[in-house]
Amino acid sequence: MLKILFHDPLRLGLAQAAAAALAALIVVVLARKRGIHLEKELAVALVRGLVQIIAVGSILLVLLRAPDWTSVFLLTAMIVAAGATSARRAKGMPGAFPVSTWAIACGAGSVIALMTWLGVIDTPITTLVPVGSMLIANAMNTNGLAMNRFRTDVLAHVGEIETALALGADGRSSVASYVQGSFEASLIPAIDSLRSLGIVWIPGLMAGMLLSGSRPLYAAIYQFVVLAMIFAASGLTSLVSTLLIRNRVFSPAEQLLLRPGNGA
Amino acid sequence: MTQPPTQVDGKTSLRAENLGRSVAGKVLLADATFSVGASETLAIVGPSGSGKSTLLRLLNRLDEPTRGTVFLDSTDYKQIAPRELRRRVAMVTQHPFLFPGTVESNLQFGPCQRDETLSRERIDELLAAVGLAGYASRDVANLSGGEAQRVSFARTLANSPEILLLDEPTSALDEDSKRGIETLILEIMRRSPVAASTADIASTNRQLTCVLVTHDLAQAARLAQHALVLKSGHIVKNGPIEEVLRAEDSVS
Repeated sequence: MLKILFHDPLRLGLAQAAAAALAALIVVVLARKRGIHLEKELAVALVRGLVQIIAVGSILLVLLRAPDWTSVFLLTAMIVAAGATSARRAKGMPGAFPVSTWAIACGAGSVIALMTWLGVIDTPITTLVPVGSMLIANAMNTNGLAMNRFRTDVLAHVGEIETALALGADGRSSVASYVQGSFEASLIPAIDSLRSLGIVWIPGLMAGMLLSGSRPLYAAIYQFVVLAMIFAASGLTSLVSTLLIRNRVFSPAEQLLLRPGNGA
Repeated sequence: MTQPPTQVDGKTSLRAENLGRSVAGKVLLADATFSVGASETLAIVGPSGSGKSTLLRLLNRLDEPTRGTVFLDSTDYKQIAPRELRRRVAMVTQHPFLFPGTVESNLQFGPCQRDETLSRERIDELLAAVGLAGYASRDVANLSGGEAQRVSFARTLANSPEILLLDEPTSALDEDSKRGIETLILEIMRRSPVAASTADIASTNRQLTCVLVTHDLAQAARLAQHALVLKSGHIVKNGPIEEVLRAEDSVS
């Protein structure tokens, strides 16, 4: 229907974005009826997401002509931005930004580097940046889930953790089960994506490859490759972030810093 | 920098010197100076929010003092590794926070942190001492509130502490359980400690010193020899229990 109303590609795109945003707003209204207030967060996220993706689209126009080595700077900037976004999910967690940034750099960065070296990801900027950004974005989500879950678990079990400390346990062992729980929980989306690949959903990359004329079998295999890379990047990110953050919630004297009332 | 006492009485097990804690500019405890003699019980009383629990948490360094320090005998507790300090200065909290599993696994928790294992005899001794003989294999999920608090005491004593910090240990219990735990505390202090029959504690010939936080003045009178009254983070009275409680009664 929108295609009948709009012939200019830019206007059509904006109309499609508005339609999709409307669907999201319906969810907000339904949530509001149940007493869950998402309005502000969703409004900011929608506007911000739209502005960002338009900006990135514009930048990509320029980048198509940029030398390949500039990918490194772009991906680094993405990692820092992902670290900052992810850290916001861990309010009150000491050192959330550096931990998130290092974790995403280790997780997504190392997988991107290894796969590029192996030739799994092509080096042209037009391939490396979009595929790399997919890994970074998923690593960011996983990191946010892990940090959020860890924070929630620690705050819900302050009594148990401090009882363990009072009995002579070290900080690491007193939160070991929460580290494991947050690591496992953070990987559920990535595992489910792999598990349901092709059955429940056909990812955008594969659809795009098919539309651009790639052979279906190659498009399917490459989609699996991307999801496996996403899993590796996300898993490594979560592993690093949970290990780093577990040390940050204790002082050198093994005192729990993440407690209600301490800004958490 | 707080200077250590020039001469520490040999019988003083614990001495706080200008101990204080402030968070974000708010004073939770100000310049607390007091001592607790070996094998004595000191009750810390005061209204809610007066800093009682803050003070107790500073004594085993679960929180860091922003001022002053604590001496165990004549040693500044900052010179003692935190894990060893907490073994020596043990704490029983209002809620027992038992770890999932059996009673025995809870008792083994502390010694396990030092790669030690309690013998069967030691477990039986500890459980008998807290009135739970034969409970070793019970799942903690099936214990009553009073039983859980007794397990918490046994678990703490399994670490062979020298000083026992009790943070409102009966406030979450019904009247019967409360009386039972009070009797248990008196028993522990009288036998000083439960582990006296075991070689590791007998060799040190130490007696348990106790610091009890309670809002119940009658309980303080039943259990302690000395009392300290806190108000708005300041010690307003400190002395023999009868004297302090008499002064409190005359105020109220």
